[in-house]
Amino acid sequence: MTTTVERPVTGGQAEPARRRRLHRSPLAKQEDRAGWLFVSPWVIGFLIFTAGPMIASLVLSFTDYQMIQAPRAVGLENYRELFDDPRVLKSLSNTFVYAAMFVPLGTIFALVLAMMLQRVGRAGGFFRTAFYLPEMTPAVAAAAMFLLLLNGQQGLVNKVLGWVGINGPNWTTDPNWLKPSLAVVSLWTLGGTVVIYLAALNGVPKQLYEAAELDGAGPVTKLFRITVPMISGALFFTVITNTIAAMQMFDQAYTMFYGPQQKAAASEESLVYMVYLFQNAFQFFKMGFASAMAWLLFVIILLITFIQFRVGNRYVYYHGER
Amino acid sequence: MATASTTVTSSAKPSGFTIRRLPFLFFLTLATFAFCYPLVWLVSASLKPRSQVFDNRLIPEVFQPENYVRIWETAPVLRWLTNSLTVGFMAATAVTLSSALVAFGFAYFRFRGRGLLFGVLLSTMMLPGAVTMIPVYLIWNRLGMIDTQIPLWAQNLFGSAFYVFLLRQFFLGIPRELFEAARVDGCGYFGMFRRVAFPLCKPALVIVFVFEFKASWSDLMKPLIYLQTPEYFTMPRGLKQIIDAFALSGHYEWELAVAASVIAVVPMIILFAFGQRYILDGVATTAQKG
Repeated sequence: MTTTVERPVTGGQAEPARRRRLHRSPLAKQEDRAGWLFVSPWVIGFLIFTAGPMIASLVLSFTDYQMIQAPRAVGLENYRELFDDPRVLKSLSNTFVYAAMFVPLGTIFALVLAMMLQRVGRAGGFFRTAFYLPEMTPAVAAAAMFLLLLNGQQGLVNKVLGWVGINGPNWTTDPNWLKPSLAVVSLWTLGGTVVIYLAALNGVPKQLYEAAELDGAGPVTKLFRITVPMISGALFFTVITNTIAAMQMFDQAYTMFYGPQQKAAASEESLVYMVYLFQNAFQFFKMGFASAMAWLLFVIILLITFIQFRVGNRYVYYHGER
Repeated sequence: MATASTTVTSSAKPSGFTIRRLPFLFFLTLATFAFCYPLVWLVSASLKPRSQVFDNRLIPEVFQPENYVRIWETAPVLRWLTNSLTVGFMAATAVTLSSALVAFGFAYFRFRGRGLLFGVLLSTMMLPGAVTMIPVYLIWNRLGMIDTQIPLWAQNLFGSAFYVFLLRQFFLGIPRELFEAARVDGCGYFGMFRRVAFPLCKPALVIVFVFEFKASWSDLMKPLIYLQTPEYFTMPRGLKQIIDAFALSGHYEWELAVAASVIAVVPMIILFAFGQRYILDGVATTAQKG
């Protein structure tokens, strides 16, 4: 109520418009308060569970902390160790190799499936549901299942490959095939990407294709000159989110190849970055070193996303924007 | 070629082109097998004796449904299921309500610092969980909450950036006049949220609930970090335990691990059966809103 009295005093003076905006009307002040009240749960959560921990983790990354004694400052020691520890670099390259297999293959497979779905009309609804079903499977269950399906001697996958004359590898034991088998498990759950692409494809105006046909465009031209540019927004979105997810892959690798009773067969080739980070933090209790690993991952993800955005901005077309 | 003729005439006579669609239908059916058969295989394997788990027969030669009885007796599976249900329900309810509240704040009010705050919110989506994982663990440790289920869902009380973003898009789609009308009728700000925005966005809220329930049901990392006592385990954490203890070591009792996997999957399939439309539409919109 007091604000109502104040208003004529400030508002009445002939101030420049810019200044007057700073003294807002009581209604605007009320809106200010209500707005902040509504978003306050997130703001509080952000401070406690994001901003605070980010600072804490950055500080921890410069310390030696094993939870028994107070953190001890060690300067850049942890960061030096990142480059000295061969398993950090190994796990990083494993993660890159896995992502380099999963992201492009996932994008292409999902796009092909979505384009086929679009061609079959009504029946597409059934297939869309069927394709999404694996996404509902908890990663641990999917990983257990694929340990059996990908079994070198008796697994179903190699049996099917045998039908077409391919002698399948020992997916889960041959060190060279551990990352491809992780990619296979992830590719099984690409239904979400298919659904996204299908929605994008349905948004492409039919007239574009008709116009292109009048100009004599073939299927390949139409694919690369119309379809791909018109759904580039969705392609871009999924490539970025799938890359970020792939860099943080944990569940499948940990379920299939790691556990408390570490198998003798556990090869360095399946050690993805998040598994090694998790081991350092919660099995070796090297909290400081694990924090440094987390920040390295953050920087790498930022860099990759930044590059993807730079490339994306050149090619991505957004309907009706700008 | 195929497309050329379809697009030209499809509006006139859609039924005459099933032949052109045949190759597509063939490949899609093939893909359906690739996506769905593993689950069928899993159910079938769970009913086989140990020596035949790998035989890849669709119909088990020897039916052994006792696998389910044995896994039920050897591991507290029912506890794990109820734990997962409880945690999933808490996580999903908390995140839906809090995210909706925050999203409404961002969508309706023009308050100072809104743009900046929303930018911060969006950028947190880029942050890998690993960066905050250790300090957040230390917070729960300090609060004496390790080996309880509270850390698995309590953070959801503060909203989640992705869901806030999603719901805000839906709230922005509600005509502002509706809110003004509600105000004239004497609604306060919270009343506008509860009586206008909330009911109108029910489908979106269901999407958020189902997504989060599914995410919570599948999560392995948090239960690994926070839970030690097997009675408190969630289903994925328990399943991992079974795989480690029975299948990857010991007597290699894969039939037990397979049966436990089926138990972990079935509730999600039921959820999918009921919420299918919401889930698929929800997935389809995420990219478009983004």
